[in-house]
Amino acid sequence: MTLLRHLAAAIVVALVLVLLTVRLDAFRDYQMAEVACYVVAVAGLTALVGLSGQISLGHGAFMAIGAYSAALLLLHLHWPLPAVLAAAAVITAASGAVVGVAAARLRGPYLAGATLLLAVALPSLALSDPSLFGGDQGLSVVTSTPAFLGPTFPPTRWQAWLTCGCALITLVLLANLARSRVGRSWRAAGDDEVAAALAGLNVARLRVLAFVVSAACAGLAGALLAITTSIVSPGAFTITLSVALLTGAVLGGLGSLAGAVWGSLVLVLVPTYVMDVAASHGLSSSAGSNIPVAAYGVVLVVVMLLFPDGIQGGLVRLYRPVAARVPAWRGLARRKTTGPATAPAPQPRASASEHQEEGSI
Amino acid sequence: MNRSHRAGLPATAAVAAIALALSACGSSGGSSSSSSSSALTASAPGITAKTITIGSHQPLTGVAAPGYDEIAPASNAYFDYVDAHGGIYGRKIVYKFLNDQYNPADTVSVVKQLVLQDNVYAIFDGLGTPTHLAVAPFLNSEKVPDVFVASGCECWNNPAQWPETFGWQLDYVREGKILGSYIKKHFAGQKIGYFYQDDEFGKDGVKGLDDEIPAADVVSRQSYDPTNINVGPQVAALKAAGAKVVVSFSVPAFSALLKLNSLKLGFSPTYVVSDVGADPITLAGLLEAYAKQGGAKVSGNALTQGIITDGYLPTLGDTGNSWIALFKKIHDQYIPKLPFDGNVLFGEAVAYTFVQAMLKAGRNPTREDLVKAIQSGLPQGPAVAPYAYSASVHSGMTGAYIGVIKNGTIVQEGPVLTTTTAPTSAITPYTGSAPAAPASGMP
Repeated sequence: MTLLRHLAAAIVVALVLVLLTVRLDAFRDYQMAEVACYVVAVAGLTALVGLSGQISLGHGAFMAIGAYSAALLLLHLHWPLPAVLAAAAVITAASGAVVGVAAARLRGPYLAGATLLLAVALPSLALSDPSLFGGDQGLSVVTSTPAFLGPTFPPTRWQAWLTCGCALITLVLLANLARSRVGRSWRAAGDDEVAAALAGLNVARLRVLAFVVSAACAGLAGALLAITTSIVSPGAFTITLSVALLTGAVLGGLGSLAGAVWGSLVLVLVPTYVMDVAASHGLSSSAGSNIPVAAYGVVLVVVMLLFPDGIQGGLVRLYRPVAARVPAWRGLARRKTTGPATAPAPQPRASASEHQEEGSI
Repeated sequence: MNRSHRAGLPATAAVAAIALALSACGSSGGSSSSSSSSALTASAPGITAKTITIGSHQPLTGVAAPGYDEIAPASNAYFDYVDAHGGIYGRKIVYKFLNDQYNPADTVSVVKQLVLQDNVYAIFDGLGTPTHLAVAPFLNSEKVPDVFVASGCECWNNPAQWPETFGWQLDYVREGKILGSYIKKHFAGQKIGYFYQDDEFGKDGVKGLDDEIPAADVVSRQSYDPTNINVGPQVAALKAAGAKVVVSFSVPAFSALLKLNSLKLGFSPTYVVSDVGADPITLAGLLEAYAKQGGAKVSGNALTQGIITDGYLPTLGDTGNSWIALFKKIHDQYIPKLPFDGNVLFGEAVAYTFVQAMLKAGRNPTREDLVKAIQSGLPQGPAVAPYAYSASVHSGMTGAYIGVIKNGTIVQEGPVLTTTTAPTSAITPYTGSAPAAPASGMP
């Protein structure tokens, strides 16, 4: 039943997106594709952090694994695209399992440190064998639009379709997973490990599984990003990317899939928008080029101050009082009287679990 | 459990609404028309009756920014000068350069924005080898002129695959050969060490060096990765191998790191640094800044003293040169806050070449007209040796002189030398005379 509802919603969104790609110009299509790539990665990360309660500063590295896998498979084996995407996700999931086994033994800052190491070290591996990985230069990823779309079909529109399609599939799968037994067990283990273990859950296995699922998403995102930008290079997968993904998850609202969409929109659109504004106001290039970084920080600070539970949490909070006043919507807002959401949660961790109670994923 | 689901739909609707609002900002390009009429028309994307819009990707922040971030503002200063003196057939130049932080992934993003959204006529002076390689295929498939890439990679000279792409500065293979022949002549039999950036930039340079320097003389070959500023191990290896001459194909930041790390190890070879990494003013500033970070105080000019390099534009110290006088005048008028250094000279000179090409392309040029204009050859302009442009050759300058840094400026030693990229081709002194700058400052 849940699956059907999610599928129906996904189909509606897909139709809207297809219409959008046709209406928008090529560059907006490209940005949509970029947003969709981030959505896949951030959604996987938000499930890991928000549900299973583990942190990862190494998701940029997982994206690199997916991206390089896809590039090498396309370059040397000429696999068809769906196979490449699936393989990239599987390969990254396998590496996620390895990291997950180590991660299951670590907590809090130690886990953050270990995954940070991954983010810092892995891109340098690409430099160790320049003949295979192309060194600093990276590898170019050449894909063509499928023949049935015709020769004049804009490539960016096709990329937007591909990435948005993958993002929707990922979101539907994750939403179902979150509502399944596995998702409930993750929440239980994330909220209180001891209680979960006493209830008969295998906490270690659950934690590894969360890493596998999350890494698979990051791998798929990396492969999609490689196809969208037509290049993979170590410079694209630095620690900055890992931090950006986590920022996106926190901005949107930890544990919320809708939040992953908001977070990704902020990650992609804010820097370009701010740069355009800076340029049109005649700011010098040296000031203008540093402003996007500052804007990013300002957005993070403002969102955290106004909406401690992220953009999605903030929207839900704003939406409820309005809904409560309109009689016809009252049914939708009934939980307001019992839910804790009216009182801002003091800690991010607590706010994450609050989402989980309400099933906002 | 199900309310979140409903909360998701308004969210989706809001996304859609935002995206639709954004779509209203989209722009459309002009259609091409014949260039025979005298009225100014929107003859190509990015060209209107009043403006020519061109774009570029530049490292305005990040590891390659020191020094290189002056290039695009300097080009813009020359364009401002041209606009103030009648423009290109009356059109003003709008130069939009975006920051890619020297990261190929960002380059793709900003160049797509320039081409797909801002509808630029051409990409001009895109900076960097790894960065520009990421977008050259895209620019060529979109048939966007990709002119005067700010990189000496031999790869831009590939008209069969990339008909839209043109190099400008002396390519690194030619440069390596010219530096190599100097080393062979002046340091015969001495132990030579290489220090180079581990990409096409460094490798092309090494290719040229190896054409000239006997392999037996090269005792150590050390490469560095531009994202890792710890070059201590490489410098230690050069010292251990007993190199008396270190040839460096590096960006300015890494030329400075090489010098400082050598200083720390008490290693003092003769340095030969390729043009892009040897601008004395940039280098002195970096040396002083890095030393300060490390808690030491050094004199930048003292440390750059004696570095051997090469130049393909007139030396900055040659104040009697008409090109230096022209570019100094424009610098002082439009960008007085920037130092008048090699990067500024580079930016102004390449902008001059672009204006030359645009004037040649005609009153109402299409994108192909610009490509054809360059392929039919360009006058020498500020370069010290002629350009190689033709339908089958898309590389730019063909020669340079050897220079030595003395008291913070490069002093030319010997004649301008020209050569080709072929391994066996000879290096010959250039016998032609370099043209003087036009009095108007306009090509």
